[in-house]
Amino acid sequence: MIAAYLVLVIPFLGIILFALSGHKTDTGRINIRLNAVTLLATLWLAVNVLDAGTLLSANKAILVDSFNVYLIVLTAFVGLTTSIFSSPYMAHEKELGKLTDQRLKLYYSMYQGFMLAMYLVLTTNNMGVMWVAMEGATLATVLLVSLYRTPESIEAAWKYFILCGVGIAQALFGTILLYYAAAQLGDIGDDALLWSVLYQQAANLNPEILKIAFVFLLIGYGTKIGLVPLHNWLPDAHSEGPTPMSAILSGLLLNDALYAVVRNKMLVDGATHSPIAGHLMMGFGLLSFLVGALFLHRQKDIKRLFSYSSIEHMGLMTFAFGIGGPMATFAALLHMTVHSLTKSAIFVTVGHAAQVAGTQNMSKIRGLIKTQPRIGWGLLIGTIAIAGFPPFGVFTSEFLVLLATMHSYPWLTLPLLLGIGIAFAGLFRHIQPMVYGDKPEGQMPVKANLLPVMIHLGLVLWLGLAIPGFLANWFSQATLLISGSTPL
Amino acid sequence: MNIELQDIYTQAILSMAALVGLTSFLMLGQSRLLRLIFVFAFQGLLLTMTTMVAAYSTDNQHLYISAVLTLALKVVFIPWMLRREVLKMNLHRDIQALSNQTTLMLGGASLMVFSYYVLHPIVQTTSPVMLNALAVSLSVVLLGMLLMISHRQAIAHVVGFMSIENGLFFAAIVATNGMPMVVELGVAFDVLVAAVLFGIFFFHIRTSIDSLDVDLLNRLHEVDEQGARHDKNRSAVINPHTADYEVNR
Repeated sequence: MIAAYLVLVIPFLGIILFALSGHKTDTGRINIRLNAVTLLATLWLAVNVLDAGTLLSANKAILVDSFNVYLIVLTAFVGLTTSIFSSPYMAHEKELGKLTDQRLKLYYSMYQGFMLAMYLVLTTNNMGVMWVAMEGATLATVLLVSLYRTPESIEAAWKYFILCGVGIAQALFGTILLYYAAAQLGDIGDDALLWSVLYQQAANLNPEILKIAFVFLLIGYGTKIGLVPLHNWLPDAHSEGPTPMSAILSGLLLNDALYAVVRNKMLVDGATHSPIAGHLMMGFGLLSFLVGALFLHRQKDIKRLFSYSSIEHMGLMTFAFGIGGPMATFAALLHMTVHSLTKSAIFVTVGHAAQVAGTQNMSKIRGLIKTQPRIGWGLLIGTIAIAGFPPFGVFTSEFLVLLATMHSYPWLTLPLLLGIGIAFAGLFRHIQPMVYGDKPEGQMPVKANLLPVMIHLGLVLWLGLAIPGFLANWFSQATLLISGSTPL
Repeated sequence: MNIELQDIYTQAILSMAALVGLTSFLMLGQSRLLRLIFVFAFQGLLLTMTTMVAAYSTDNQHLYISAVLTLALKVVFIPWMLRREVLKMNLHRDIQALSNQTTLMLGGASLMVFSYYVLHPIVQTTSPVMLNALAVSLSVVLLGMLLMISHRQAIAHVVGFMSIENGLFFAAIVATNGMPMVVELGVAFDVLVAAVLFGIFFFHIRTSIDSLDVDLLNRLHEVDEQGARHDKNRSAVINPHTADYEVNR
């Protein structure tokens, strides 16, 4: 249990440390170390859960089970690798005169603030606190989106703030309805928002109220997942904020919002005994998947391109959780992991590519492989991985989603395949001219640390070739928890 | 439901619900920013009173704390901050012409009917009083969104945002006698941070587009035509208010 508290305390100390000490030359390195220590704490937590099963703290405030424990480790891992990338990247941005010490101080303390909010969303047992932490994540990142203080970035941040704020308010209404339904069960008082209590009592909750509540919860957290038509903030926030921000927004925030939806879906399913929640998720998911894939074709900005790719993949995961069978759930869990790893690797590479070319405009980025082979190849391989080519992990999970769809809703296979094809074409028509071809005059290599990218892509490759036993076991347990049976 | 047969607490809650709903409509039709902020503060006061009534009738200590928090945040701090901003930007003389007020009001009314329609299924399991209270809170949320859509000033957006928060708070108080303390404190903290961030944002928006009219925040688009749009924006920035308002009047 100590491990779970450590995971929350370290980032909290980090915020205070960075806020008080101000920006110094080694702040970036301290940030890396803090994230590394948190990763160790999460690994310790994971070992505990592996040994002892579900952990529930004595005051019932913290719940760690097989569903969230691997997301906690993933969060810490992506947080660490992104901080490794961010240290030289932000130093370079400062050399270019885009940032001041004051803003870097804000950046590093809010980096830890965002991580704290993410861990709190994942570990808390209280649905209300989950909401508070999710809103906290918006508040922590909103000033980071406008970190460069350009008119565009301020517009993006305003949009992000208003859309996510209003959107997530709907989720609070859903949570209040949930509490209302639970309060009707009699005298459970303040425990009525605890997930562990609600889950046991799910069958007794009023199905009518829970159906209405789920609509609000899906819309609310769906805004954060980036579900179409609530996605407008996402490409703007990703393209205008600093690149490490884009990497953790895409890799972590979207996942955690989806996690919140799935937690709620488990309650609603238990109460209503009807597939209505799943159908809603399938509808929104498929729409986001197709719209995201189509919009890939029209992009000019490289970070916008990959943020639409995120919308597409989040749509696919939402769809898969919506189908709800063991295989689809397993696939969705795997896809959450591989997408998060691949997408943050891509954003890291994209950040370097944009520094090499001095622009994010794709028509001006050319000849990356000739300029700096590692960045060029990194981008190309990352794109291949995210487009779902074998042998990468994304292929495995997308294939499983397809299989599950064929099994449950055969007629939906066609739009899925179509969407995958469209997305593939949309990515490659932009990526190919950027990586191949001659380099423009005067384009110089930059100091880049591609270690995080290689580790991420290596892991994705590993997950595509063979999922290690303990991980597969975890996914199976989580699948059992969510869908009621194991996939194999 | 016969209102005279209800106990006095229920009657009080129902009147409060009606008044809160009314203030939302008043805000929706308001074209002067200072009055808008005043009505918002009044809505906050109604919420505080509702919380006090609920705290008194259920003898629930922690609701008194929520009442004090609401009073401090939504009646004093946020209106004060917004008012200061309006005076600083010299916006209090502007009348923001709402293009078609009749449609707006009708739209608001239909949103209210819609909220009743959405929440109607729960009437089978609870008292009609609860339906009224929940439907009014949902409509306050929806009317807050409509307010944000129809007004162009960033300040009006913040008022809309916070009034959505008011609607949610009302639902929590009336339906469940308040959320657990830790959640209430968390929400209040989020609102406070959001208010501070809005203050920072006003400063940034002002320095970047020299106005608080969010219609001028229109650089980011799906479609390219970047160059053309930038030129258009530049001319708009030179003349931020006057021309537009003349036309609308």
